[in-house]
Amino acid sequence: MIVSQSSFHAALRQPSDPIPMGLHGTDGHPAGRRFNVYRNNVATSLMDALATGFPVIAKLLGDANFKNLARDYQWQNPPKSPLMMKYGAGFADFLLTHPALGNIPYLGDVARLEYALRLSYHAADSADFDANRLQTDQLPNATFSLAPSVQLVSSAYPILGIWRMNTHEGAAKPKAKSETVAIFRPGFDPQPEEITPADAAMLSSLQNGEVLETALSKAQRIDPDHDFAHILSRLLAGGAIADIHLPET
Amino acid sequence: MLDQTANLPPLPGVGYKPQHYSGILQNAKPVDWLEIHAENYMGDGGRPLAQLRYLSERFPISVHGVGLSIGGEAPLDRDHLERLKHLCDWLNPASFSEHLAWSTHDSHFLNDLLPLPYTKATLARVADHIDQLQELLGRQILLENPSSYLAFAESTYEEPEFLDEIARRTGCGLLLDVNNVFVSAVNLNMDPRAYIDAFALQRVGEIHLGGHDEDQDEHGAPLLIDSHGREVADPVWALLDYTLARSGPKPLLIEWDNDVPDWPVLQAETARAAQALELVT
Repeated sequence: MIVSQSSFHAALRQPSDPIPMGLHGTDGHPAGRRFNVYRNNVATSLMDALATGFPVIAKLLGDANFKNLARDYQWQNPPKSPLMMKYGAGFADFLLTHPALGNIPYLGDVARLEYALRLSYHAADSADFDANRLQTDQLPNATFSLAPSVQLVSSAYPILGIWRMNTHEGAAKPKAKSETVAIFRPGFDPQPEEITPADAAMLSSLQNGEVLETALSKAQRIDPDHDFAHILSRLLAGGAIADIHLPET
Repeated sequence: MLDQTANLPPLPGVGYKPQHYSGILQNAKPVDWLEIHAENYMGDGGRPLAQLRYLSERFPISVHGVGLSIGGEAPLDRDHLERLKHLCDWLNPASFSEHLAWSTHDSHFLNDLLPLPYTKATLARVADHIDQLQELLGRQILLENPSSYLAFAESTYEEPEFLDEIARRTGCGLLLDVNNVFVSAVNLNMDPRAYIDAFALQRVGEIHLGGHDEDQDEHGAPLLIDSHGREVADPVWALLDYTLARSGPKPLLIEWDNDVPDWPVLQAETARAAQALELVT
């Protein structure tokens, strides 16, 4: 009796399915509960990995609800890579479209924020940027490389407020509003900060390789009083600028 | 090819957990070497890689892969092989090890070490995969014995014989997990000392020790679970003594991956491992 990995795998997936013949415990007994150790290991290790990656979602949902969702998620979106640091890339979309979660519409966006924090944490390091390099009359025509750790997440909900309330003791209760969040990583710890939609338009434009003048005009289309000096100082403090590229003269 | 059966010092080491970073660095003589799980250090940067770089300048590092699925029926994942190579190339660890197990099927990573039947077909496949891995890494690897909860009716080899045959064909070394031997022996009603007697101890480059949990199957037979979530059990320490008396001193690793304790608790386990080594040194 040969047990292929595909029949083993199929039986792991369906706890109600019979265990493949040809697996046994002591005294020739069929494997029974012994097979369930593997079922349990797979389910628990992936649930734990998801809970580690989405601590605020786990807290918001509560243990039992989170485990049920994590179990559904792991078979609907099986990890394609053995890198658990990447596990859960589709979890936000899974939450957004889950029929039972329509009454908690912000969950998916909070999950996007948590995943973006994780991406930022593992992103490549960038060298310190010398702010004196900004002293050039070519600045409007310059393009920028932002640090790979910079992430942007925007939501119709106060996702940063919700995240803070669940990670920082005594944090204020969030007010109902939309929020745009930038994640900067000045050292090794990603820092989520609220920015304005105009700031976000500018940063997206810079991330897309457009020159500063274009990025600023996109920001000013959203907010004619956009404060460039303010966001620039935050970018510098957050280690968000990796490099500046001046046009060739 | 680099022989790594003698590369780690025959002294206690621990499975590295980031929460112990300052505990390790603030201690004058904390431990003699560290083991990391390869897959946790495959990001592009940030704190994990910075910590590893710093530790690697102070401690011999053993890289322990948990995700290659060496026993998988499908070809090895090329992307993952390249990631392992990249890690070994920049880190140049004292040792690299993986498991006699599978963990991926149909591109689905199951995050567990799943069991294999010990047959000629499995032997040929695992040996091919190890050849491929050793050739790519340019170094000898160590292959670890699994903990078993069940057995395959189709198996035609005993596990020690199976591992020895793989090592002979591929030139790989072996990683002997004494807790896994004890867990499998209890679960499958075998004599753990007979297992050690049959094991190719001269090929062992590292010994693992970890904690297990106790349960029962539906027939009332004991069922031990390899949980890595507590102290090493007394009969496993006794089995270690039995092993070391035959093998001589080996690098000993304490694995504690779940419910990770504070550093002093882990250090007490390494002190006990050091005592076991003193008996045979």
